[in-house]
Order: sequence, then C-alpha cells, then structure tokens
Amino acid sequence: MEHTPGTSEIRLMKGNEALAEAAIRAGLQAYFGYPITPQSEVLEYLAVHMPKRGGVVLQAESELAAINMVFGAAGAGARVMTSSSGPGISLMQEGISYMASAELPCLIVNVQRGGPGLGTIQPSQGDYFQATKGGGHGDYHMIVLAPSSVQEMADFVFESFRLADKYLTPVMILSDGALGQMMEKVALPPEGSLPFIEKPWATTGKKPGQKRRIITSLFMQPEEMEEVNLRLQTKYRLIEKQEVRYEALETDDAEIVLVAFGLAARICEKALTLAREKGFKVGLLRPISLYPFPSKVFASLATNAEMFLVVEMNAGQMVEDVKLAVEGKRPVHFKGRMGGMIPSPEEILSEIETVIENEQVNT
Amino acid sequence: MKLPPITNGFEIVYKKPDTLTDTPMHYCPGCGHGVVHRVLMEVVDEMKIQDKTIGVAPVGCSVFAYNYMNVDMQEAAHGRATAVATGIKRVLPDRFVFTYQGDGDLAAIGTGETVHTVNRGENILIVFINNGVYGMTGGQMAPTTLLGMKTTTSPYGREAASAGFPLKITNLITQLPGALYVTRQAVHEPNAVRRLKKAVRLAFEYQLLKKGTCFIEVVSNCPSGWKMTPQESNKWMEENMFPMYPLGDLKVPSQTMN
Repeated sequence: MEHTPGTSEIRLMKGNEALAEAAIRAGLQAYFGYPITPQSEVLEYLAVHMPKRGGVVLQAESELAAINMVFGAAGAGARVMTSSSGPGISLMQEGISYMASAELPCLIVNVQRGGPGLGTIQPSQGDYFQATKGGGHGDYHMIVLAPSSVQEMADFVFESFRLADKYLTPVMILSDGALGQMMEKVALPPEGSLPFIEKPWATTGKKPGQKRRIITSLFMQPEEMEEVNLRLQTKYRLIEKQEVRYEALETDDAEIVLVAFGLAARICEKALTLAREKGFKVGLLRPISLYPFPSKVFASLATNAEMFLVVEMNAGQMVEDVKLAVEGKRPVHFKGRMGGMIPSPEEILSEIETVIENEQVNT
Repeated sequence: MKLPPITNGFEIVYKKPDTLTDTPMHYCPGCGHGVVHRVLMEVVDEMKIQDKTIGVAPVGCSVFAYNYMNVDMQEAAHGRATAVATGIKRVLPDRFVFTYQGDGDLAAIGTGETVHTVNRGENILIVFINNGVYGMTGGQMAPTTLLGMKTTTSPYGREAASAGFPLKITNLITQLPGALYVTRQAVHEPNAVRRLKKAVRLAFEYQLLKKGTCFIEVVSNCPSGWKMTPQESNKWMEENMFPMYPLGDLKVPSQTMN
C-alpha cells in the first residue's frame, strides 16, 4: 500500500503487528523482549522492521533481563518498550517496581492469556489486579490503558509514550490474546509524529562542569524514602485528576449499565444491541484508563441507573473498583468467564435478563 | 570552600582524581572495594573519558558505588547490572559502560544475566569483586565461598554435598566466544594494584574495538565477613582464595582476534 509521509495509512493488521508498527512510528528507539504466546508477533515484527528503520531490537534471555535492559535504556534517555504475557509480566514485576521508583518512562505491553500459573494461551483479563494495583513490591502505580480494538492497540502506543514522558513513569497497555491476534482495519499515525522531549536526568555521560547523574531507587534514610513516596503519590493524584479516560455508550437513559474493558467491552457492545432490541434500557461504560480508574463517572451514573453489571474475563477484579466507585448506592452484579474462555453476547444478554429479574423479585 | 593543599614546598605527585567524589567511603577498614574504585576512576581520569563513561552499581557492599565514582551511574536491581548495562550500551554505543558487582550479585542471582551478557559479547567492562561472602547482608555464604569456609549460613563450614561447590564463574565465561578479555587480579599489595590498573586500562581501551566483553575478577578480602583483621584476611586470602582462584589472564584478545 502506498504511504504518503505525514498522513496516516490504512492497513489490515493483527493487533500485535499494528502495535509494533505504531511503536516504530512513535519513535521507538529500543525494544527488549522475550517470546511468549500470544504476543510473540510484537518481537517478530520489530525484529524484521527495526533494523531497517533504525533502532535496537534485542531478544533477551528472560523477561527479567528484558525489563532490566529497558531500565538501562530508559535511564540512558531512550524511548523504549517491552512486551510479554502473564508469566513473563510476572517476571518483570521486579523491574517495573524499580522503574516506578526511579521514575523512568517506558511502555510495557501485556497481551494477556489465561492463568494462573502457566495457564493457557487463550485471551484473558486475569492480570487486572497485577496491572492496576502495583504488581511488584512497594507503593506504586503504572498508568494502564486498555484497548478494545486493533486501532486502539496502535493509538495507545503513541498515547503511552506521551504519558510516560510526561509523568516519568512506566505505562502499560493491557491487551489480551484475542486483540493481539485478530486482524482489523487500522489507520496508522504518521512516522515521527510524536516529538521527543529533553531528558536532563538521563545518564548519557557527565558533562564537564555539570553534576553527575544518578538513577537509583535506593534511599536508605526513611525520611528520604518517605519523601520519594510522597513525590510519587503526588504524581499519582495528578494522574488521577488529569488522565482518566472512558467511553460511555447509551448510558443516558440506561437502567442497567454494563461495565467492561478491552475485549469484554467489545462483546458487551453486541450484547447491548441485542438487549435494546428486546426493549431493555442497557448502557455500557468502558473504562479505558484502568489506572487511573474512572471512579467519578460512576457517581453520576448511579443517580440514574438502577444497577450495574460488570463483565470481565476473570473471576471478578475490576468489579471491586466499580463497587468502591458506586459506594453501595446501587447493586453491582458480576459476570465472568475464566481460564481463556470468552463470554458470548447471548450469554451476557441472558445475564442481563437474570439480574433484572432478580432485582425485580427483590424489590 | 576548597583550600589549596599544604605542600610545604614539595611537588604533589599523588592526588585524588576528579573522577572520585569527596564523599567518605562506607567500606570497612582493610576492604578492597576502595582501592578498586580508585583504580577504575584513575583510569577513567587518565583516559579523559569521564564525559563518556556510564557505570552500573550492583546490590551488595558496593551498592553506593555511585556516591564515590564521579561519573553518570545507574543503580541496578540485585543481579541485573549487566542487563541494565546492556540497555545503556545498546542505545549509547559510543559510551564506555561498566558494571561493578560482587560475587552474590554476579555469580548467584545474576548468573543468567552474566552468562548471556558475555555470550552476546556486549561491549562493556564487567568488574567482579570476589570475596567469597555476602558482605552487605552480614557474612552469608556466597556461590564462591570455599569448601569448609564458615559463614553465617554455613556455620559448620561449606559442604559440597548440601551447598554445592565454589563457582568459578570467571573460568566458565572464559569459554564463551563473546568474552574478549578475561583476567583475574587482586589488590592485596602494591604490585597487584598496579597490575589491576593495567588490566582496567586495557579493558576500557578494548571497548573501542567493539569485539566483545571484558571481564575483570578481583579476588578480594572481607575482614568483617571473615571475622579477621585486615592483615589476617590478606594472608588467609593468599593461602586459601588464590589457590582456588589463581591470579592472571584467562583470555586475552590476541587469542580471539585474528
């Protein structure tokens, strides 16, 4: 397909490949990764294209090594990323905690598969807690964005690098095996459209007359360590204020609001259409930023809607955040599938019918 | 305020290089770390590469190496120094990059990173301080602890049957094609320090060749961990550590570069 520089380009691509191509266009300078299904296409795509277009691709000996290479490259000022799936992301938690503390910007992509343990290679949303609540040791958060289409797999790469640089923090794209593997039309942003920023903290070699630069997460004095924590928490409050993203679909007159992210939200859209055809007033709230969680929107939704139904591909993780946000004002129901199973729109429709029936019986 | 040194009319022939900070070191009396720090930074100073050098500190006694070395530095997670250094060197290939690691860091928790970094032939210098003990955490058994050697976690002496053998990781990585220059040195006497400095100089110069990893093991003492005076520890090191970890070059570039 012809590509005119400076304009976006339409292609049919797998989610993983669209994400990788977007990363190159977003000015990715280094990628460190390790093969794991269902995200290996990211590494494979970059291994083909990065050498031709300038940039480092390195297949590390483990995800543990990969994330620490990301640490080094980020500390040296590069735009850098890695990607993996559940078992590999677990190994990366060490490095993510260190990067959050050392305030290093990077992108980490989790193309989720079913767990726990070695689990399965089928899509899942079982890593929500790990992604949004810290995951590694210590008090920290990453910004977490959840795409629900191949288009968003690409778009969120740009957004993630922008946010990582702005807030000096690791950013995660929390995708899943279906979004990574499925092919869709995607409009790719033009290459070089994401500017680079000055990184006066990066270790690039001590300039004469300037102080040396140190990147560390070690602060032995508790007073100093608390200062670091306070600085991080201030940053997180700012992120919570400024970077909430969600999509609301037909929530204005909705009596029951479905809440779902990523692939589950895609399926809920179809369930919503089916339910509306049957006369149920159903809406959909799709959190896009899982951290910061769009808590505030639930306060206003809870005044009109009668109940919420949270649909996830896990045993019930985001539902805890929804309950906290709804503050007991309305009932919050949950429908989940686990271990790589994907709920069908009909299954969700039937759940909608069940909870409405039960609520009517109860009231 | 910096006062001029009192020279009493004599010429200054030995001074602290600008590549070392004025921060007092936290190392125990008699420990080899301070000497190795100084040797490394003297070479950086003499080669005038302070503005091109980036170091990676480990977890262990030398965790605060960045407080003393006046160059840009990153503090790595335990065992991950060579992975961090790989990340730095790959995006800044014209810089001089080194790691500084102890035996627990490099040869236990970081074995995978060590082996694969050398196997990729990353153009960095790895400085490996081997004192056969975990110094920082209070004298526990290290992978390089000698058989029969008592530590807080091998209180009856290291037994091969339960704790395995002392790991000669330097010999192990010497076999890898990515290793360009591998040498084992010490800092227990002035001549040894001079030999180490020569090795460090070579290792930094070899980085320009982009032909592979340079690896310098420094067999050192740990008076506190070994529960000895500095003098006793040096004697014990010569009698016990050197036979297991003999000093000298294990691999020099002429063998690998034809």
